Amino acid sequence: MYLNNKMLFSIHILADEEFDELCFEFGLELDEITSEKEILIREQGGEKAEGASDVVLYKIDVPANRYDLLCLEGLVRGLQVFKEKLEAPRYKRVSPADGGEPQRLVITEETASVRPHAVAAVLRNITFTQERYESFIELQEKLHQNICRKRTLVAIGTHDLDTISGPFTYTAKPPGEIRFKPLSQSREYTAAELMSLYKTDSHLRHYLHIIENEPLYPIIYDSNGIVLSMPPIINGDHSKISLNTKNIFIECTATDLTKAKITLDMVVTMFSVYCDEPFTVEEAEVVYPDGRLSVYPELAYRTETLSGDFINKRVGINESAESIAQLLTRMCLRSEVSGEGDLIQVEIPPTRADVIHACDIMEDAAIAYGFNNIVRSTPRTYTVANQLPVNKLTELLRQDLTAAGFTEALTFALCSEEDIADKLRKNITETRAVHISNPKTADFQVARTSLLPGLLKTIAANRKMPLPLKLFEISDVVLKDETKDSTFFPGRCAEIFSCGKSIGHLGVLHPDVISRFELTMPCSAIDIDIEPFL
Amino acid sequence: MADTGLLEALLRLLEKVDGGIDSQDVAADLGVDHQLIVGAVKSLQALGEVISAEQKSSKRWELTGEGREIAEQGSHEARVFNAIPDEGLPQNELMKMPSGKVGFSKAMSNKWIRLDKAHEGGPRVFKTVETIEDTVRDKLQLVQKGLSAKLEDKEKNELKKRKLLSEVTVKSYWITKGSSFSTTITKQETELTPEMIASGSWKEKKFKPYNFEAMGVAADCGHLHPLMKVRTQFRQIFLEMGFTEMPTNNFIESSFWNFDSLFQPQQHPARDQHDTFFISDPALAHEFPQDYLERVKQVHSEGGYGSQGYKYDWKIEEAQKNLLRTHTTAVSARMLYKLAQQKFTPVKYFSIDRVFRNETLDATHLAEFHQIEGVVADYGLTLGNLMGILHQFFTKLGLKKWVEVGNSGVFRPEMLLPMGLPEGVSVIAWGLSLERPTMIKYGINNIRELVGHKVNLQMVYDSPICRLDS
Repeated sequence: MYLNNKMLFSIHILADEEFDELCFEFGLELDEITSEKEILIREQGGEKAEGASDVVLYKIDVPANRYDLLCLEGLVRGLQVFKEKLEAPRYKRVSPADGGEPQRLVITEETASVRPHAVAAVLRNITFTQERYESFIELQEKLHQNICRKRTLVAIGTHDLDTISGPFTYTAKPPGEIRFKPLSQSREYTAAELMSLYKTDSHLRHYLHIIENEPLYPIIYDSNGIVLSMPPIINGDHSKISLNTKNIFIECTATDLTKAKITLDMVVTMFSVYCDEPFTVEEAEVVYPDGRLSVYPELAYRTETLSGDFINKRVGINESAESIAQLLTRMCLRSEVSGEGDLIQVEIPPTRADVIHACDIMEDAAIAYGFNNIVRSTPRTYTVANQLPVNKLTELLRQDLTAAGFTEALTFALCSEEDIADKLRKNITETRAVHISNPKTADFQVARTSLLPGLLKTIAANRKMPLPLKLFEISDVVLKDETKDSTFFPGRCAEIFSCGKSIGHLGVLHPDVISRFELTMPCSAIDIDIEPFL
Repeated sequence: MADTGLLEALLRLLEKVDGGIDSQDVAADLGVDHQLIVGAVKSLQALGEVISAEQKSSKRWELTGEGREIAEQGSHEARVFNAIPDEGLPQNELMKMPSGKVGFSKAMSNKWIRLDKAHEGGPRVFKTVETIEDTVRDKLQLVQKGLSAKLEDKEKNELKKRKLLSEVTVKSYWITKGSSFSTTITKQETELTPEMIASGSWKEKKFKPYNFEAMGVAADCGHLHPLMKVRTQFRQIFLEMGFTEMPTNNFIESSFWNFDSLFQPQQHPARDQHDTFFISDPALAHEFPQDYLERVKQVHSEGGYGSQGYKYDWKIEEAQKNLLRTHTTAVSARMLYKLAQQKFTPVKYFSIDRVFRNETLDATHLAEFHQIEGVVADYGLTLGNLMGILHQFFTKLGLKKWVEVGNSGVFRPEMLLPMGLPEGVSVIAWGLSLERPTMIKYGINNIRELVGHKVNLQMVYDSPICRLDS
C-alpha cells in the first residue's frame, strides 16, 4: 500500500530513514520510496506522467493476514499505538439513537444455493472528505482481493442509507426478472443484459463467472423495491455514496460466514473514526430463512490468558510480566498483568482477526521487543547426521561418472507427452506416466518417466559443441508402473540384470528416436535404476 | 617447413650481400617461383632471429596475354605491313586477316602504308616504306626481359591503354641478416623425447619456442553441473552441522501433506490452479493416517489445541488432490508426523530437492527449482535459537547477505499438536532456493542458462569448483 508523508506528521516522523526503521520495528517492509509521477513514468512512460504528483509516496509491504493495516487509517492508527502516542480505540456496537429500530436485512431461502450468508451494519453521522472517501473505496477493493478471495467468498456493498428504506431483503432471482439501474449507468438493465455489458469491462468481467451460470442471481432490495446491489457484481446507482453521505448501510454477502464477519468488522472499525461518535457502529439485524436472528457487527473482543514465562521461553528473552504486557499493548493487544503469578490477560480486538493462537501473541511480543534485540544462541540439540542412502550412492556415482569423462546435465522433470512416448517409439498408454491437469504449455504435460529425453534434448541444443558428447544425469523419474523397452535398435540392445533382477537397459538408440530428437549421429545410451543397490 | 636446401641457398645469397636482398630477386637468381621464396622466408622467420624480413609491396609491369602474343609474333600493324607484297594487297583481303582491322589503322597512322582508293579492282593497300621498326614489339620484349625501367612512363601507360601491359602489385620481402644469422639451418626440436634423455643428445639440440598465442587442446574430461556442485556444498554444510537428510524422492504429493497438514487453509490462494500443478492421472490420493486426518480436519474447521481455527468447512476432496509438491516442507511434515508416532527425540533434518510452481515464468523463475530446507525440533527452542542457527548456517556459507534470499520461522501448534508431538517441543525451520545462490556465485543472469536442456554445455565445461566460503 502507498502512504504519503502528510500522514506521517501525525506520528512525528520527519525523515525517510526514521520511517524505514519504524516500519521494520513494526514488522513491515518499506519496499520503495517513490511518487505518483515516478510510478507513471515507470509503468506508462514520461508523457503520461506530465502533471502527476511529486508528493513522496512510501510503498509498504503488508502481511497478507493483517487486514487492519490495509488502509491509511488502520496503518497510521497501528503505528501511533506502537509509538505510544495513542491508546488503541475501543470499538463499540451501539443501538440506534432515540431508541429507534435497528436496520434489518432478511435473507430468503433462494440464496442458499448461490450465496447463503449476509451480515450488515450502519455507520451513523459520518463525515467524508475526498481523501476519506477514496480511502473507503480502496479498502473495500483491497479486502475484496485479499480475504474475500476476489469476491468469491465475500462481497461488500455500501449504500447511502438516506436514499433507501429498510427492512431490506436479500434474495435470489432468475436473471431475467432482475432489472435496475446499476452504478455509473444511465438506464436500467436486466441482470442478463448486465452480464453481457460487463464482459468488456476490464474490472468487472473477472467476477461475472461467480454467478453467471447460476439459475438464480443474488439481489438485495429495500422495502420499496429499489435495488441496493446485485452481489458480487455491482451496486445500484440509486443508493450510491457521495461526499455528502451522512449515514451508510453496509452489507456483506458471502459463501463463508466467518470471513464475512471479519470483513464487515474491518470496514467499520477502520472508518467509524469519521463518525460523530468515533468508533461506534450502529447495529443491524440479519434474519435467516429459518427465522434465526443475528446482530452485527460482532466487534468481538476476546481474552487470552498466558504467562510471561510462556512468552519468555518461546522468544528467548527474560522480561517481566508488566513489561510484556506493555509490549503487547503497543501492538494493539491491550494487556494487563492479572495479579496471579506472572499471568497476563491479553485482549484481542476485532481488528486482529489474524491472532488465532497464543503463538500469534508471542510473535507480536517478539516484534515489539525487537528481533534485533533478541540474543542469538545456538540450539544445544545434539544429533548425529545421516545421509539418505540413495543420495549417498548418487554422490559417489557422480564422481566416478565424471572421472570416466561424462558431463553432468540437469534437465526438467516436466515435459511433453511426445518426449516420453512418440519420440521414444512408445505408446503413451504403455508409459503409465503421471499427467498434469493444468499445463500452461505442452512442456508441462507429464512428469518424466525416463532421463533419456532430457539428455537427448540437451545434445540437440548443443549441436555445435565438438564431439564426442558424453552426458549423464542421476535423478528421479516418476513412474506409475514399470514397462518394457522399444526405444533401442533391434539386435543392438540388452537388458541389464543384477543378482537376477532386471535393473535397466542399454543399447544403440533406434534411428527413429535419434531423428525425433533432431540429432544426426549414432547414439548409445544406458538407463539403470540405482535403487536396487541401496 | 620449406625445403632445407632452398633455405640454405637463400641464406648463402644473403651472406654475400652487404645490405639486403629483395625476395623477387632471390626468386629470379635461384630460378624458382616467388611463392616458394615467400615460404622460405616464413620458415626462416620461425627459427628465430636468423633473418629479418620486411614486407614490401612493389609494382611490376607485366605483359597481358595479348601482349605476350605480340612480343612473340610482332604487333598487329607490323604483321599487316609484312603481309603486303610489293604490288600491294586489296583492302578487303587485308581486312580478312586476323590482325587486319587493328593493324590497318595503326599502320596507316604510322604512315607505313597507304591506301589507294581509286585503284582498279578495288581499294588497294601499298607499302610506303621499305622497312619498319616494330617498336611496340621491341618495347614489350624489353618488359618481358624485366627491363621495363628502360621505358618511359608515358610509353608504358600507352601500352597499358592498348591492354598489352598491366601493372601488377607484388608483395615481396626485403631480406636482411638477423642477429643470429648463419648459413646453416639447425633443426629445432619440438619436444623432449625419452631417447634424448637417455642419450643425453638434448644438450646439443635447439628447441622450438612455445607459441603462447596458440590455444591448447582442451583436455578430454567429464564435468559436474554447477548447480549440483553448489548442492554438494550445501549438503556438506548440513551434514557438518549434524542434520540428517530427509527422503524427498517423491515429486508427487497429496494436498493433505503439502497444505492441510501444514495448517494452510483450503481457500488459500497458493492452492489455486494458478500456482500449483495438479495431477489429472492419478488425480486423487487415498491413503492417509485416518486419526490424524480427523484431527487436521478439526483444527482447520473448529479450532482446538488453543486455537480458534479457521472456521470453514474442511473438505476431504480438496485434501485428496494430488499435485506436484510446491515445497519440500511437505516432506518435513511427513517426517515430523513419523517422529511423533514414537518416543520423541530431538532431531535436525534437511533436504535439498526439486519443487514445482505453476507461476509466471521470467528470467529468474522457472516452473521447477530446488528448495533447500533445514528443520530443528527440540524442547524449548526459542526465536533466539532460530536466529542463532541461521547465523551459523550462513556463516558457514560465508555469505551474510543471503539471509534476504530465504524464509524462516517456527511451525505453528495447529500443525504440530495434531501430529502428536509433545507440547513443549518447538520446531524451527528455514529455507532458500538453490538456484539463486548458484546464479550469484557463477555470475549467471538468466535461470534458463543454468537449468534445463537448453543450457550451453560449454558453461558446464567451464564452470569452476564451488567454494562457498570465499
